[in-house]
Amino acid sequence: MSFLEAENMTGGYGAADILHGCTLKVEKGQIAVIVGPNGAGKSTAMKAVFGMLKLRGGHVKLDGEDITTLSPQERVRRGMGFVPQVNNVFPTMSVEENLEMGAFIRSDDFRGTMEQVYDLFPILKEKRHQNAGELSGGQRQQVAVGRALMTQPKLLMLDEPTAGVSPIVMDELFDRIIEVARTGISILMVEQNARQALEIADQGYVLVQGANKYTDTGAALMADPEVRRTFLGG
Amino acid sequence: MDFLNAIVAILNYVVVPATAYGAQLALGALGVTLIYGILRFSNFAHGDTMAFGTAMTILVTWGLQKLGLHFGPLPTALIALPFGIAITAALVLATDRAVYAYYRKVRAAPVILVMVSVGVMFVMNGVTRFVIGVDEIQFADGARFVISAKGFREATGLAEPLAIRTTQVLTVVLAALVVWALFWFLNKTRTGKSMRAFSDNEDLALLSGINPNHVVAVTWIIAAALATTAGVLYGLDKSFKAFNYFQLLLPIFASAIVGGLGNPLGAIAGGFIIAYSEVAVTYAWKKVATYAIPGFEAEGLMQLLSTEYKFAVSFAILIIVLLFKPTGLFKGKAV
Amino acid sequence: MSQHQPTAAKGGALRAPLFFLIMAGLIMIEGMTSGWNGALGILNMGLISAILALGVNMQWGYAGLFNTGVVGFIALGGLAPVLIAMPPTPGAFAAGGWQILIGLLIAVGSLVLTVWLNGRLKGKTRALGVIAVLVAGFFLYRAVFDPAVEAVQSINPSALGYLGGLGLPTLFAWPVGALLAAGAAWVIGKTALGLRSDYLAIATLGIGEIIVSVLRNEEWLARGVLNVNGIPRPWPVPYEIALQESPAFVERMAALGVDPVTGSTVLVKLLYTGLFVIVLALLLIAAQLALNSPWGRMMRAIRDNEISAAAMGKNVTRRHLQIFVIGSAVIGLAGAMMISLDGQMTPSSYNPLRYTFLIWVMVIVGGSGNNWGSVLGGVLIWYLWIKAEVWGPDLMSLITDQLADGAVKRHLVDSAAHMRLIVMGLVLILVLRFSPRGLLPER
Repeated sequence: MSFLEAENMTGGYGAADILHGCTLKVEKGQIAVIVGPNGAGKSTAMKAVFGMLKLRGGHVKLDGEDITTLSPQERVRRGMGFVPQVNNVFPTMSVEENLEMGAFIRSDDFRGTMEQVYDLFPILKEKRHQNAGELSGGQRQQVAVGRALMTQPKLLMLDEPTAGVSPIVMDELFDRIIEVARTGISILMVEQNARQALEIADQGYVLVQGANKYTDTGAALMADPEVRRTFLGG
Repeated sequence: MDFLNAIVAILNYVVVPATAYGAQLALGALGVTLIYGILRFSNFAHGDTMAFGTAMTILVTWGLQKLGLHFGPLPTALIALPFGIAITAALVLATDRAVYAYYRKVRAAPVILVMVSVGVMFVMNGVTRFVIGVDEIQFADGARFVISAKGFREATGLAEPLAIRTTQVLTVVLAALVVWALFWFLNKTRTGKSMRAFSDNEDLALLSGINPNHVVAVTWIIAAALATTAGVLYGLDKSFKAFNYFQLLLPIFASAIVGGLGNPLGAIAGGFIIAYSEVAVTYAWKKVATYAIPGFEAEGLMQLLSTEYKFAVSFAILIIVLLFKPTGLFKGKAV
Repeated sequence: MSQHQPTAAKGGALRAPLFFLIMAGLIMIEGMTSGWNGALGILNMGLISAILALGVNMQWGYAGLFNTGVVGFIALGGLAPVLIAMPPTPGAFAAGGWQILIGLLIAVGSLVLTVWLNGRLKGKTRALGVIAVLVAGFFLYRAVFDPAVEAVQSINPSALGYLGGLGLPTLFAWPVGALLAAGAAWVIGKTALGLRSDYLAIATLGIGEIIVSVLRNEEWLARGVLNVNGIPRPWPVPYEIALQESPAFVERMAALGVDPVTGSTVLVKLLYTGLFVIVLALLLIAAQLALNSPWGRMMRAIRDNEISAAAMGKNVTRRHLQIFVIGSAVIGLAGAMMISLDGQMTPSSYNPLRYTFLIWVMVIVGGSGNNWGSVLGGVLIWYLWIKAEVWGPDLMSLITDQLADGAVKRHLVDSAAHMRLIVMGLVLILVLRFSPRGLLPER
């Protein structure tokens, strides 16, 4: 059984469904990547997993426990961490305060976790007293990921973490994400940069119109000529 | 000597009153800006919250005076202030529960909340008038002056007097304490930080498990404390009249916007900018000019604007800021 | 406001006529129990309130603009009858009137120059140039303006001391009142529209207070707190005294079996009613046509979704400015009508609670976005406002009947008048919460 099992998710924001029986699974300590054309429902699928969208069908299980009816806040307590695509930091608060806010639900000592985040993103330690809003795009993404890690999640969800950052910063971010996965945290990620993302993915999902079109390991999808031609630009 | 007289005149008629007034405006603007930052609407009832809090404090003051309790050279109202704050906090919390909570739940447009706050303003205004009447009330007691005009003249031998009232010193000291406490709270405590986080990015704050109801309640309590303190200090310094507090809305809003809505530091700076401009523009500079420029004979009062137009000063500054820097001098959150 | 339910409101097509019938009934009862003079008095101010509510409804109901300075636009409109209909003060223009106008021209000129320079210059020169022009303009203006004001105000200060008007018929003053208010609205709208919605509310709050304080303090303009009395009535309303002295009128009243004094006051009020009904009807027709025209549909589209309307290429700020100016013009018109009904200009009576927020209650209760609703709300709320003044103390006496006579009881009965504010606030809050579409919902 997978760590995250979101099966047959069907639903949308209004009357019309965006997801049509979409299924996503992530194994412990592995990286799963959702790719697909614009409007395929990638971010919506992610939000559905996180409970920001009411499902009309299907269910979400985390570590074998059914969490379909829980609110996002509840899911955070159960071990989910979510990094939104935009507006994912507190701009007028310092880096350190951002991390503290990430740990808001924790009543134990979180200084160790903060040190781990600083070890993972050394630049954040250097800028810990600077306001997050004054950082560069890549550094801000690091703050956002760091904030989500402060709850010590078992599943980290990233909505297009590399949107709007330069290729060099993107590579660095991906490296860090691999490092996070090595510590045993499962990762579910939506990416526009499909090729690079699939390279680091253990599992890949190609969504089209809210349904699974191809599901395989990242390497297998990269090797599939059909996927390459249609979604990876040759 | 004349030069010294000129400086004393400026101190006496501009600096001292403007500093006290600026501190009062700053406290008022802090309340407006906090509500704006957390609840995201301009609270038109803030002036009347100030009036209500002051009225409650006055009632308690009268009670204390009847009991024969006094605070030495300081006004008795200072002892009554915590009671006034508590009653006002209870009122705004009840108002939030009964009125505003619903609009947060349905995520109403800010302009609807502004309008609802106008309704609340009506009710608070009516309640205040009902409880304490519409007349002007003087409730300052204790020592009147820290430095009296006569004493200053005798001590220095200058022709110009310098009078500093107890209430003015009290205003500045108390305001400084309140501001220090507020910033300590916002920057150092977990709850304070969660309020800033909520103001910065509501969605992310919710994701981080910050309880919105808790944040909102704390915000209202702080706003009530700030409003009551500002109102009592203004009333001690001048006098209490319900309608004057409604009229304070404009300079208070102007202060908050000039500093950048949602930015507490900006609210303080804005309060002093507005207060100094208002006093300086409506002060008759004839005396100062006569002292400062030897042989100068002023024709008129050398007053830029008559005191009746003091609100025009806040308004003009407000318009200039809206025209050139709508987010305020200290970068607020609103455009 | 933006929650449009497709289903028709309860009562359907009969709802509006029913409410208007009830309203007419209330006025009739008032007339039969307390006399027609009083009833028509309430109706006349009610009709003016209806026009005011119509103007505010254009801004709020059509476009979602929150104007908290209604009192200022009413006062500005009220200035028009003084400037147009009062006889000119002899010698005032020679003494300093022209100089005052020149002074004002200098002030406006330096403001225009400032704006022009601000657009032309750059960097440091811009700041310096702008400040220099403003400071120089201000002192020049004061140098020209101040002595002229003094000269004008010293002409027979106990009776005149102001410029006076043009001596034209009062009816001309009504459109002029509209123009004055529209001009002020344009300036405010130009600055505050296009920013966050709260800013318009705050800016209009400011302009409202400033206009009123200008009227209170500028004695050369409209005598300030000394008030202007005896503003001529609009055609064709006669004076009661003239009627009572006319044998033909007295005879006709005698034939009807009516006391000529009562008859004259009622006739005067009826003529006002007629005039106001005509104006209201014209405005209502125009407003209905506009609301149902493509322009009105566009307005509502912008109100309901500014972002998508902007995406479709609509210039939202421009449309908002347009409707803000038009609505303010209607408010100014009503302000002018009100002054010609009262026959006097008393700046100290312009209280924001009474003239801004009460109008808001009228619009919200009537049904924002619905012109008929504003008319109903205007008359109904005005009626309740007047009656509450009477009912409040009565009710309080009834409540405190069992209380022992003493300070508490006296205080309660005395402050019952303030209950009106509480009631109006509660009405506003309750309607917004439980019936946001008002008595006559927008279709």
